[in-house]
Amino acid sequence: MNGNGGSLDPGERATMDQPSIEGEILSDRPRATEDRGHQRPAPRTTLRVVGEERVAAGAPVVWRSLDELADTPGFRERVVREFPRWAPAEWSPPESNPAESNPAESNNDAPDDAGRRDFLKLAGASISLAGLAACTRQPTELIVPYVEQPPELVPGKPLYYATAMTIGGYATGLLAESHMGRPTKLTGNPRHPASLGGTSALHQAATLGLYDPDRSSSISRRGRILPWEAFVAEMAPVLQAFEALGGDGLRILSGTVASPSFEAMMAEVRQRFPRAVWVQYEPINEDVPRRAARRAGLGDASVRYDLARAQVVVALESDFLASGPGHLRYARDFSRRKRVRDASVEPTRFYAFECAPSPTGTLADHRAPVSPSELEVVAQALLDGLGGGAPRQDLPDWLGAMVSTVVDDLRAQAGQAVVIAGDQAPEEVHVLALRLNQALGAIGSTVLVGRPQIAAPAGQEAAFAELVREMAAGQVDALFVLGANPVYEAPGDLDFAGALAKVDLSVHLGLYLDETGDLCDWHLPQAHFLESWGDARSFDGTLTVIQPLILPLYQGKTDLQLLSALAGRERSDHEIVRAVWERGMLQGVNGDSESAWRRVLHDGFWSPPDASSSLYDGGAVAEPAPPAIELLATPPAPGDAAPAAAGAGAGAGAGASELELALRPDPSLYDGRFANNAWLQELPKPITKLTWDQAALVSPRTAERLGVNNTQVVRLSVGRRSLEAPVWINPGQADGVIVLPLGYGRGRAGKVGNGIGSNALALRSSGDGWNLRAKVAVTSRTYPLSSTQQHFDIEIQAEQAAARHLVQHGTWERFRTEPDFAKRHAEHVPVAPLIPDWPYEGYAWGLSIDLSVCTGCNACIVSCQAENNIPVVGKEQVGRGREMHWLRIDRYYEGELDRPSIHHQPVMCQHCELAPCEVVCPVGATVHGDEGLNEMVYNRCVGTRYCSNNCPYKVRRFNFLRFNDARTPVLEMLRNPDVTVRSRGVMEKCTYCVQRINWARIEAKRENRRIRDGEVKTACQEACPTEAIVFGDVNDPQSEVTRWKALPLDYVLLPEVATKPRTTYLAKVTHPHPSLALAGPAGHGSAGSAHEAQIGQVETR
Amino acid sequence: MTVAKLGKPLFIDPAETPATVTDKIAGVVFGKTYRWWFLALGISFTLFSSFGLALSYLLFQGTGIWGINMPVAWGWAIINFVWWIGIGHAGTLISAVLLLLNQQWRTSINRFAEAMTLFAVACAGMFPLLHTGRPWLAYWMLPYPNTMQLWPQFRSPLIWDVFAVSTYFTISLAFWYTGLVPDLASMRDKAKRLFAKRIYGFFALGWRGAADHWHNYEKAYLLLAGLSTPLVLSVHSVVSLDFSVAQVPGWHATIFPPYFVAGAIYAGFAMVLTLMIPLRRLFWMHAYITTRHLENMGKVMLVTGLIVTYGYFTEAFMAWYSGNVFERFMMWNRMDGHYGYMYWMLILCNVLVPQILWIKRCRTSAFWLFLAAQFVNVGMWLERWVIVITSLHRDFLVSSWGTYSATFWDVALFVGTIGLFLSLIFLFIRVLPALSLTELRALSPEGKTAGEHDPPSFAASRAAARETPR
Repeated sequence: MNGNGGSLDPGERATMDQPSIEGEILSDRPRATEDRGHQRPAPRTTLRVVGEERVAAGAPVVWRSLDELADTPGFRERVVREFPRWAPAEWSPPESNPAESNPAESNNDAPDDAGRRDFLKLAGASISLAGLAACTRQPTELIVPYVEQPPELVPGKPLYYATAMTIGGYATGLLAESHMGRPTKLTGNPRHPASLGGTSALHQAATLGLYDPDRSSSISRRGRILPWEAFVAEMAPVLQAFEALGGDGLRILSGTVASPSFEAMMAEVRQRFPRAVWVQYEPINEDVPRRAARRAGLGDASVRYDLARAQVVVALESDFLASGPGHLRYARDFSRRKRVRDASVEPTRFYAFECAPSPTGTLADHRAPVSPSELEVVAQALLDGLGGGAPRQDLPDWLGAMVSTVVDDLRAQAGQAVVIAGDQAPEEVHVLALRLNQALGAIGSTVLVGRPQIAAPAGQEAAFAELVREMAAGQVDALFVLGANPVYEAPGDLDFAGALAKVDLSVHLGLYLDETGDLCDWHLPQAHFLESWGDARSFDGTLTVIQPLILPLYQGKTDLQLLSALAGRERSDHEIVRAVWERGMLQGVNGDSESAWRRVLHDGFWSPPDASSSLYDGGAVAEPAPPAIELLATPPAPGDAAPAAAGAGAGAGAGASELELALRPDPSLYDGRFANNAWLQELPKPITKLTWDQAALVSPRTAERLGVNNTQVVRLSVGRRSLEAPVWINPGQADGVIVLPLGYGRGRAGKVGNGIGSNALALRSSGDGWNLRAKVAVTSRTYPLSSTQQHFDIEIQAEQAAARHLVQHGTWERFRTEPDFAKRHAEHVPVAPLIPDWPYEGYAWGLSIDLSVCTGCNACIVSCQAENNIPVVGKEQVGRGREMHWLRIDRYYEGELDRPSIHHQPVMCQHCELAPCEVVCPVGATVHGDEGLNEMVYNRCVGTRYCSNNCPYKVRRFNFLRFNDARTPVLEMLRNPDVTVRSRGVMEKCTYCVQRINWARIEAKRENRRIRDGEVKTACQEACPTEAIVFGDVNDPQSEVTRWKALPLDYVLLPEVATKPRTTYLAKVTHPHPSLALAGPAGHGSAGSAHEAQIGQVETR
Repeated sequence: MTVAKLGKPLFIDPAETPATVTDKIAGVVFGKTYRWWFLALGISFTLFSSFGLALSYLLFQGTGIWGINMPVAWGWAIINFVWWIGIGHAGTLISAVLLLLNQQWRTSINRFAEAMTLFAVACAGMFPLLHTGRPWLAYWMLPYPNTMQLWPQFRSPLIWDVFAVSTYFTISLAFWYTGLVPDLASMRDKAKRLFAKRIYGFFALGWRGAADHWHNYEKAYLLLAGLSTPLVLSVHSVVSLDFSVAQVPGWHATIFPPYFVAGAIYAGFAMVLTLMIPLRRLFWMHAYITTRHLENMGKVMLVTGLIVTYGYFTEAFMAWYSGNVFERFMMWNRMDGHYGYMYWMLILCNVLVPQILWIKRCRTSAFWLFLAAQFVNVGMWLERWVIVITSLHRDFLVSSWGTYSATFWDVALFVGTIGLFLSLIFLFIRVLPALSLTELRALSPEGKTAGEHDPPSFAASRAAARETPR
């Protein structure tokens, strides 16, 4: 295998580290010799010094070999490994070598004393041994390709394997594309119920995480690089001692775990150390919904939703389409009911109450910006309304109107309605949401209550706080941290780093030598999930297997391996997983378990043959089976759980400088674990389009009240803890709330992620939830932020966007009476070509994007980046407007500044029939293909950039500098070999993934047929969780894309420029409630209500 | 007597004779080198060195060292290109068009203006080359035979540019050199040192002043003048097509070719004045570059300036009249947008200040003319800035709007070309006759045939020059 990064072998690295070897020798010697205060020898004379010391210590002066001279086994082993030329004792016998008798000269140039024959013999042996050594890196474990077992590995032809990635413990089934043993691209596993083919940006960026050059590459003890054997050797007596104590004082800390194998290994560990404690902690955890479920009488239960059945969806501070364990599935189900194809099927109606616009919220038919404290009032009001209570008087008029409409709608659609509370919503809201769902009769139909999938569903934060308390009290003797980074992730009131110093032995297993690894005694590099065997349950309980695609690049260990070492019986992760499945899931299988296991590897997840067709019901048949749905014992009484913060109202209360502070997972960095992923750092945030930085988001009104402008730094204080962050004004956010993303302020993330922003987790205390109150102090400093969609002239932008009919949208009502409303604008555009159209006789590729279901979640952007070897450029270059993404998602505001509608519009090369770029290129570097693609010939490009100037869609990207990192060897493995890596001075742009078209063409030609519809999927299409993008042959009347383009909603961006693009859009159809559509301030009004746009004047930059 | 009879100042001091003309003008070359000249050349050369620096860094790092970005993919390099090309227009106009129109007053300025043209075009020519991402491949824009059978893409205005500018440069060079040949012979004859004699002699192509030499010379000169005349119109028209062929609002306008040509002449005359007024003073050339010359140049500037003003008006009017949302917004944004101040500075420089040239006292005053010329120089640069930047930074898709600001390296390269230009000018005035000996001799009263008091025809003046003893 070429892909195992042999040059980065830790052993070899250690070769260069001579001073550490010296230190090793000295520390191994009796303390007495060290105390004599001898002169520190120069590194190269170590051996001589050892000899001299030996002589001085009274050891026998007469000695026969170097072995005897420095007679410690460890030293011998090391010398031979580190300095092969210093191990010549066998073939240069001391008695025949007078120089050897003088220790002072013994180590110089030993090979010179050897004869020619000896040398040749040794050289021959080394070469054959080297061959043997290479054999040991061959994969010895069987992994099975997804579609079919290849008869052989065809060079240049990728293979696909099913694997999975876990975030927050939950698995998402993925397919990994492997080029000659190198995983280069991930896509969703179309059969896995938690993905159905969709992925998020985080999944797409995982390949860069695998090849991140900053990943930890060696086992180290307090900075000294050591082999695994040394770790095991040192652990052995320690563990024996613990065994004698029954595991007292032994603690294991991991992230959230939903893995049967992990649990099985942990059971083994507990068998050996019965009193050892396993703590799970991740900053983004489920404590709040779990507590709420218990309060609601559900016990330990987790809630998931079946949005395929939901006609009315109400989201309370929930970004269920773009974050959380089930979001890919939710997005798929939701979007299938939300999109509009004909007037007979009514789309889902969606109401969102949230403090800041989320990708999910932008799809809402009515979106209300409410602060977390107000949200409790709203939820209570909804419940009261359903119970027939009078409407609440303490809500603003517009909000009250919306609440009563929602109540009406929910009541009308009871049984097909669902209320979703987001993980960051206050606990009270979760309780109320459960009661609302029960009142609606949703539980059992749209709301599924089951046993939690994670291993230890009890409160993580409490357990973690207890652990830190014990550590600080000196009750913890050894702490094993498996894949977590508690030094960074701990709530601000817990001094984990300080407590860690009181632990005698701390071991960290992590992908990076991060904040925690730095403070622990031992750091072990963790194998990336693409290097590991493992398993995990997905949000609905589907048992999913994690297959490795490559041997660990840096000889990393998996958590399973470390646990098996702790349990006293070292096994490979493959053995562990296989054994656990053999004992568990594969037990009851008819026939041999081997073929069942191969089927699991092929599918990527466990699907029992007798499972019913519904994946929701069948996916979780294996252990632990979800319990029967337990309905609430009693119907909720209205006002039963009065919100604690009711009346906190519109947030304008309290002191002028005290605001609500909402901490939210960053859409790109999540909780900070992805901070060193440059793709994610440079990914524009879905709404603000900020890159590379953390910003405190405030509403325009709040900014005005605070007297702050964009990029101005504010100091946020919660209690005695505070941090500083630049302000970014976020239209559509609730007043009186500051939204601060997590994931920043990493100190030891790596070269990419270090020192950006501040750690928002430090503002929380343990058990605080995600919604705090913070004092805000405005400073006079500013901090530059890079946004890909510039934020000035917001009023003009909104006005012009509407005047230019960029995002066409209308209500479902309008669609029913006037289905082609989106085309009306283009009717008046005369297109009278002088030259007749080119007849496309073969394929004619085209793409269509459904704006009704685009959440702007960014998965497509990262997918495109991974597929097409698109470089990152860094914050400064983004600030100059030089980002390289071939696909961008344009965001437009419409309506009032406080409560605008937000539209997303993915824009990539439109592949115009009459492409303006083609005629102006002086060298013909961009030309039209005979299948209608606008092709870019990188080799021919001289870089005049004229094509970009003449492109009305501004989709071309120029390599202003040498953006591609050609210097880091490991990144070479990341590249898609089917796509050219562009050099400096060359224009590039979306190709419709022409390499995929060509693959399909080759396949089709071999089978003497046409390319089938759906056979070619562009990277963006493949990643999209809501199926908003479709690609195909527009010459084929049966193709999906042709059907989309035939819809009356189909429209062309900028028809005035007569470019006849191949990329078209389906107008966004909203489904506002009739009673709010006319009067409601959050309503969308009529399509193209451009001229009534009331975006207030905010000069934000 | 002639002065009184014509009622206006002559284009040459009547006291001048062919001999004094030759002595004085050749004296600038052969005389003592002034100390200020060293100083001026030193400063120019220092500025030029920033060109070397900027160029090296550019080739090392790529065009990313400039302020260009994705909506604004063209920046100072293109602005400077168009600016320099514009300046390069005066030479040909003065030499060829005025020659054909029989405007005698061109004689004392044509040589200088032509040299200026060449240098300006040389400066201009570097920008399109260097602004490409991979300048070492710029030869791909030439139609050369290659094994891949790849040709330039002839529909692209940039290819038209390549031909237009290279043709213009070649013809201008040939025209300039042809006109120089008799003068080089004079210089050869005047030179005292052997080295100088050899050099001038080499370039004089064996000119002996024989009748057939004059005959061929005049034919060639006339033909070249005829060839160059359409170039005056074509070059800047083609340069303007770089913009107007594109569909960017603010570029896509049919008025661009004539409007650019007028602007080019405007800028060219301003630059001629900028150089000539100080040089006239420094070398005491008042005898040859008279107030009437200055006044005439002032008039040309006034007229072309008014054409340019009309162009601005038309742009704005058409943007409004078209009803096109993109055009309207572009114009409004140009005037009142992010970079509105640039537009109003442009109007100040190109429209308002040059109106002082209506006043005869300003037109005939070196000071006021110089001042106006400076405003026009700046104004014309601003015009190109406004066209390139404000059009690009707010184009069709609102989401892709951006901003632009130049970097140190943009400035360094531009300053470097100014240094190159000035260095060449200063070298030129020290090694070649900055005014045409031949034509000035013909212009002097003694050089004219007896009884010819009215302005002589071109042929007659040539005949006179031919007969004049050297």
